[in-house]
Amino acid sequence: MAKRKQEKTGPGKSDYAIEVSGLSKTFGTGEKAVKAVDGVSFTVRKGEVFAFLGPNGAGKSTTIKMLTTLLQPTAGQMRVGGLDAFLQQDEVRKRFGIVFQDPSVDDELTAYENMEFHGTLYGVQRADLSGRIQEMLGFVGLWDRRDDLLKTFSGGMRRRLEIARGLLHHPEILFLDEPTLGLDPQTRNHIWQYIQKMNREEGTTIFLTTHYMEEAEKMADRIAVIDYGKIVAEGTLFELKKKTKSKSLEGAFIALTGHAIRAEGAEPGRVMRMWHGRR
Amino acid sequence: MNAVYMLWLRQIKKYARSKSRIVGALGQPLLFMVALGFGFGPIYAQAGGGDYIQFLAPGIIAMSILFTSIFSGIEVIWDRQFGFLKETLVAPVSRYEIMLGRTLGGATAGLLQGIIVFFVALAMGLRPDWDLVPAALLVAALIAVFFTALGTAIASKMDDMQGFQLIMNFVVMPIFFLSGALFPLEGLPSGIREATSINPLSYGVDGLRAALTGVAHFGLATDLTVLLGLTAASVALGAYLFSKIQA
Repeated sequence: MAKRKQEKTGPGKSDYAIEVSGLSKTFGTGEKAVKAVDGVSFTVRKGEVFAFLGPNGAGKSTTIKMLTTLLQPTAGQMRVGGLDAFLQQDEVRKRFGIVFQDPSVDDELTAYENMEFHGTLYGVQRADLSGRIQEMLGFVGLWDRRDDLLKTFSGGMRRRLEIARGLLHHPEILFLDEPTLGLDPQTRNHIWQYIQKMNREEGTTIFLTTHYMEEAEKMADRIAVIDYGKIVAEGTLFELKKKTKSKSLEGAFIALTGHAIRAEGAEPGRVMRMWHGRR
Repeated sequence: MNAVYMLWLRQIKKYARSKSRIVGALGQPLLFMVALGFGFGPIYAQAGGGDYIQFLAPGIIAMSILFTSIFSGIEVIWDRQFGFLKETLVAPVSRYEIMLGRTLGGATAGLLQGIIVFFVALAMGLRPDWDLVPAALLVAALIAVFFTALGTAIASKMDDMQGFQLIMNFVVMPIFFLSGALFPLEGLPSGIREATSINPLSYGVDGLRAALTGVAHFGLATDLTVLLGLTAASVALGAYLFSKIQA
């Protein structure tokens, strides 16, 4: 594969889409302080599909929020698209697109209006916009429902709209935070195929999180596993399996993060209680 | 600029689609006009104040603008709760433009609400000076922008809807009741007098009253100057606090 070759020659500085070093985020202060992300460092090469895996509350979404300028880090450096993601926020926002883990659509607008709003904010040319919207709504099977308010949509339909919207414009870097959560296998396949095509044909860098291990296995060039705010392993699928002597990514994941079930949701307080309980 | 327009349009669509909100925001001014206007009318006339409806109508118009605008601003909290705020915050548009679009949209909704109540007041006996209606519109627009930006500023510092009732009771209601919307500002006891003179809405009510009925306490020029300054300040504050939001 072309990517292997790149690895051998060793990437220059400009070959990185994302560079993170010593990134930390602490919520609260004093006794109640919770380190959601604790000194995380990793790099993602341009054109790479990078899977960021971890149990619930491990710090995945917090990391993505910092990389996408939604949250201010407590410490550390991060560069996205070659720019300082904290100091050059307005510029950085032009480099990436994102599909959020939790809902971010407007219930009071129609499917079409949600897409139009997004396209306009992301600077999609007026002449291209309606064609792109039709294409993407058609892609997720929502074109017939384009004039319905989002509040009449089912959970799966909303999810599909979120994805169609995230893919409306083609950014350099695409963050996908558990994009396929709650979708049926047909839709998931369909969407991953599209993303793979974007990655191959346009060289879009993909940064994804998912709980479906087979998705990461199939998609990712490299995988990092985060737990309790720290990266516990990083490498190709092959390297992770070898390191943990596992047959599958699922096996490697469990070997790395243990069998304990985590508090649902990433509410810092709850994570903290779990954490202290364990120590 | 397209982004500002899009955000403005979204606020307008949301306002136009929330029929219950428009009707609700009409019911309250109507109740005030009927209960206070006709209730206190005779006493007000006996005390030598003249036509109370004429006096009250500008105050009630200002009230409806205040409520609609400040809630449009506070909608930032709803957007945060339902997740849509993130969508705007990661877009490749500066936070100032986003705040500006939202504020202009919310203010337009507030202004529309004020115009609707103006027609209600006409039906109930308001006899405005039509020549100065454009000046009244300007005052109304300033009230609308000021309070939408103020609502945005407050909402930018709030994490959830818990504080909403607090704002209602300790910000919105005092602003309304201590504005001269319901009673003349002349001859007030000290304390109330100071409170009304530092209340931004006092200048809005006075400006509307001056333009629509020719009766003023501070004077239209003073009202406009004060409102312009305050509006610039609240937009600057709102834009600053909005730009600091973390989601």
